[in-house]
Parts: sequence; C-alpha cells; structure tokens
Amino acid sequence: MIRTRMLGLVYLSPYILGLMAFTAIPFLASLYLSFTDYNLMRAPKWTGLENYIELFTSDRTFRRSLSVTLLYVFLTVPLKLAFALFIAYILNYKLRCINLFRTAFYVPSILGGSIAIAVLWRYIFATEGLVNMVLAWFGIEPVNWFGDPTNALFTITLLRCWQFGSAMVIFLAALQSIDKSLYEAAAIDGASKLRSFVFITIPLITPVIFFNLIMQMVQAFQEFNGPYIITQGGPLKSTYLLPLYIYDEAFKRFDMGYASAIAWVLFLIIMALTLVAFWSSKKWVFYAGDKRS
Amino acid sequence: MTDISHASDVFTAGADALAEARRHQRIQQRRARVSAILRYAILFGVGLVMLYPLIWLVGASFKTNAEIFANPGFIPREPTTEGYVKGWETSTPYTFGRFFWNSFLIILPKTIGTAISCTMVAYGFARFDFPLKKILFGSVIAILLLPNVVTRIPQYILFRELGWLDSFLPLWVPSAMAGDAFFVFMLVQFLRAIPDDMEQAARVDGCNSWQTLLFVVVPMLAPALISVCLFQFMWTMNDFLGPLIYISSVDKYPVSLALKLSIDTTEAFEWNRILAMSVLTITPALAVFFMAQKYFIEGISAGGIKG
Repeated sequence: MIRTRMLGLVYLSPYILGLMAFTAIPFLASLYLSFTDYNLMRAPKWTGLENYIELFTSDRTFRRSLSVTLLYVFLTVPLKLAFALFIAYILNYKLRCINLFRTAFYVPSILGGSIAIAVLWRYIFATEGLVNMVLAWFGIEPVNWFGDPTNALFTITLLRCWQFGSAMVIFLAALQSIDKSLYEAAAIDGASKLRSFVFITIPLITPVIFFNLIMQMVQAFQEFNGPYIITQGGPLKSTYLLPLYIYDEAFKRFDMGYASAIAWVLFLIIMALTLVAFWSSKKWVFYAGDKRS
Repeated sequence: MTDISHASDVFTAGADALAEARRHQRIQQRRARVSAILRYAILFGVGLVMLYPLIWLVGASFKTNAEIFANPGFIPREPTTEGYVKGWETSTPYTFGRFFWNSFLIILPKTIGTAISCTMVAYGFARFDFPLKKILFGSVIAILLLPNVVTRIPQYILFRELGWLDSFLPLWVPSAMAGDAFFVFMLVQFLRAIPDDMEQAARVDGCNSWQTLLFVVVPMLAPALISVCLFQFMWTMNDFLGPLIYISSVDKYPVSLALKLSIDTTEAFEWNRILAMSVLTITPALAVFFMAQKYFIEGISAGGIKG
C-alpha cells in the first residue's frame, strides 16, 4: 500500500522538480530581488522598499507605462470578448459551411504570437499601407496610425482583437451545449431574440465568459511582441506597456532588482483583478444545478 | 337550418384562420430568410476582413518593392521571386535554412519532452492517490494563472549560473519537466473522462503500472497527445521573447529572431524581402494547422486555451 502511495509521486517527479526549480523558487526569488539592488555583477544588496518608493514617487516612465497598460487591457479584453461572442452567436445558428467559417476565423489565432504578423501589421497600417488605401475608397483621409499616440495603441488592440478565434471557439462550444427547448419555451411566451439572448443565453454561459475574461486579461497584461515589433513602445511612450519596461530594465540595463519590483507590481495588479473577478463571480456566474439561486 | 348555417360559420372561420396562419407562416419564412442572408453577409464580411491581410501578405511577397505600397490588390502586376531569393540569403553569413534548422532543434526536444513528461504527470494525477495530491494539483492551476513575467528574471539568473545562456536548453528544458501546466491540466481532464476498466484488466493480466501506462493508457490518450504536440509546435515556432532573452549569437537564431534581425538590417525600401520571409515564417504553422485542424478545435474546446 505504501509502495503504491509513493508510486503516484514517482510519476509526478518531473513536475515536482520543475515546479521547484523553474516556478516556486524563482517566484520567491523575484520577490526577494525586488527589495534589492542587483546588476548581476555584485551580490544583491538589500535596499528595503527603495525600489517601490522610487516607482511610485519619482518614476514618471513607470506611471506612464502603468496607465498605458491599464488602458490597453480595458480596451482590448472587452472588445475582443464581445466580438468573439457575437460571431460565436451567429455561428451557432444552423448554417451551411459552419466549419469553413470557424476555420477562417480561427486562422489568425493560430498565427497569433508570430512576429511575422506584427511585421504584417507594420505594413498594412503604414501611412501608405493597405488600411489607408482602403479608407481612401470611402473618401477618408489617410490616418497616421503610428505617429499619433492614441492611434498607435489602437493598432495593437486591433491586432489582438483580430485574434478572437480561440475565445470564439470556447464560446461556440458553450452555446452549442444550451438546451434548445429553453428557447422554444421563451418563443412561445413571446420573447424576442434579443430578450432570449440577454435572459437565457448570457446567464447560461457566464462560467465560460468568466473563464475567457480571466485568461484574456492575464494574457493582455503580458503583451510584449505587438508593441515591441510594431511601435517599439512609441510614439511618446504611448505603447510602452509594462512588459516592455520590465524587459528594458532587466535585459538592457541589467537592473534586475528594479525590474523585479516592476514585475511584482504588475503581478499584484493581475492577482488583484483576478481575485475581484473570482469574488464577484459568486454574484454573476451561474452554474447549472447550483441550488443557491 | 341553424345547424347548417352554424357549421358554415365555423367552416368560414376555420378557413379564415387557416389563411391567416398561412400568411403568418409566409411572413415568418421571409423573416427567417432575411435574417439568414444577414447572417451570411456578416460572416462573409468578417471573414474577408479577417483573412484579407494574410492573403495580401502572400500576394505582396511576390510584388516588386515599388508596388507594395501602391496596389491594395493581392495579385502582383509583375510577379517576382526576388523577395524570396534575396530574403533567404539574409544579410548574415547564414541563410534562412539555418534559422529554420535552429527552430527545429528547439521544437524537437521540447515537443517530445512535453509529451512524455505531461503524460506521466497526468497519469499520476488521474490514477493514483498520494500525499499532498490536492496541493500539487492546486499548484497546476496556480501555474496556469501565474503570469510568466514574475518568474522570468530569476529564471534568467538561474540559467546564467548554470552556463546555459546562448544555448537552446533554457528554451526547452522547463517544458520537458511538465512545466506547461496547461497541457498537464488538459491531459488530466481527458484521462478522468476515460474509465479505468482496461487498465484494471491489464493489471489482472500481470502488467505493472509502467507497462499499463505505455500499452493501455498512451494509445487511448493518443488524440489528446497529438493536440498537445501540435500546440507546442505552434507556440514554440511563434515564441519570440524566449529566444530574444536567451539567444545572443546569430548562428543560433531561430526563425522568429532572424525575422526581427532582417527587419533591423535590411535596407529601407527592400520591403518584399521582409514580407517574403514573413510568409515563410508562418507557413509551417499554417500547414500543420490545415493538416490537423480537428485536433486544434477539439483541444481548445476541451481545455480552454490561451491565444
């Protein structure tokens, strides 16, 4: 019996070793480093809260970067999810070629993180690029996408919204699992499509909305490739997201302590928002078979 | 008489009602048709906007540099393969072939290591009982949600101490130790859905747990394992930040870094080289996706996924 109890741990051994070496210890080490001054040359020097105090009192780059990051996340995540749900809703009708459409919508997500796509974005949003050529057909003046601080961030948001495919596939699976008789009953009672959507569909898929919300949020806070390749953080640091700032501090200036402090602030923000989502989910997420409501 | 007139009243009323119902049905059918057309129109419109940038990319890679910013269509007026030929050569001593080979050298051990380690760990979680099981499984979920950004710096310092900088090891060893919690989670979910009758039978026939894993569980897990390998292939092919941090010599650059290098070093106005190499960069991922898209869609629906 004891042998079989230990056997499970034998199967888990690669995971346990990896967990310790690459996640658990680095996690704690990064907390420690955030309280030190460390440039890889000399041993870390304990400086207490100095890094954090500097971040929140005198570092204007950090303040700018933080507000840009929050703006980016609060712009991108809702847009992407709304769009994914909208398309999934249409695909959920019995249509011909549904698989074809699903594949077409999923392709951009496959290429998602590839920097080839970021390169493509640079070309199509260039002043003389594809997007402005198409806008010209509608008589719209060429837009300076990368020169203007508001537009530049928006091009990255568009890039990530373009990759709504995996969120859509998850929504679609959830929509397909809803019992059709609920809609029939609602239609007999005279409910419009919109009302059925708001009062039947949305409540039934809240667990999936919740899941997508958390995953997309955690991911959006860590956006790196887009701004690094497309805008290099500019213009005027308008796309200088926190992961870029952390990268520059850690791997260009080798200020590991300060970079760790920024990483921890970012981590705590993500944690806090995730916890808020979890806590509030008790009020808005509906689990079938749950007796509480 | 009254009976007959009553009957005819009833009859005409019935006929009226029938006509009314038919009319109603027609209106509904027309409405259904209109909304079906609307749905197709939206799907086609969105599909076009989604895919046109990619179609344009492929077309533009065969255009002359002068045409790229002059022609919004995707069919080149004077097709040329100059972009591919010159782009492939790169401005370094190496061709893109070298960079594809480097990517392959990262992908191969990473994918195999992921498949083996995640299968073992998922089997352990799904079929055995052991101390600390709950905490350990909780840690899988925690890693799933843990932003990488917080462990990246100490990992870099660790690999630096190990002398692994500028080698492929930091890029695949963590994954080969079941470090991608998402895959562990996905396989555990998959295994839990399979009853263990077959495994019990194998035990009765005298297989030990390793033999059961290899000859009974792995064949049943095959579809899920294919999804795991495909996703790992894609993500590794697309990974940019990892190589950017760890790889410094050009001869070890994977494709993603090489593409960034060619943006930085190609002279201005040589756009078609960069576009041509971008096409090559996404080709393996696209090819794999179209050959095995069933596994992708199932993989996402089963586990829920980033992307």
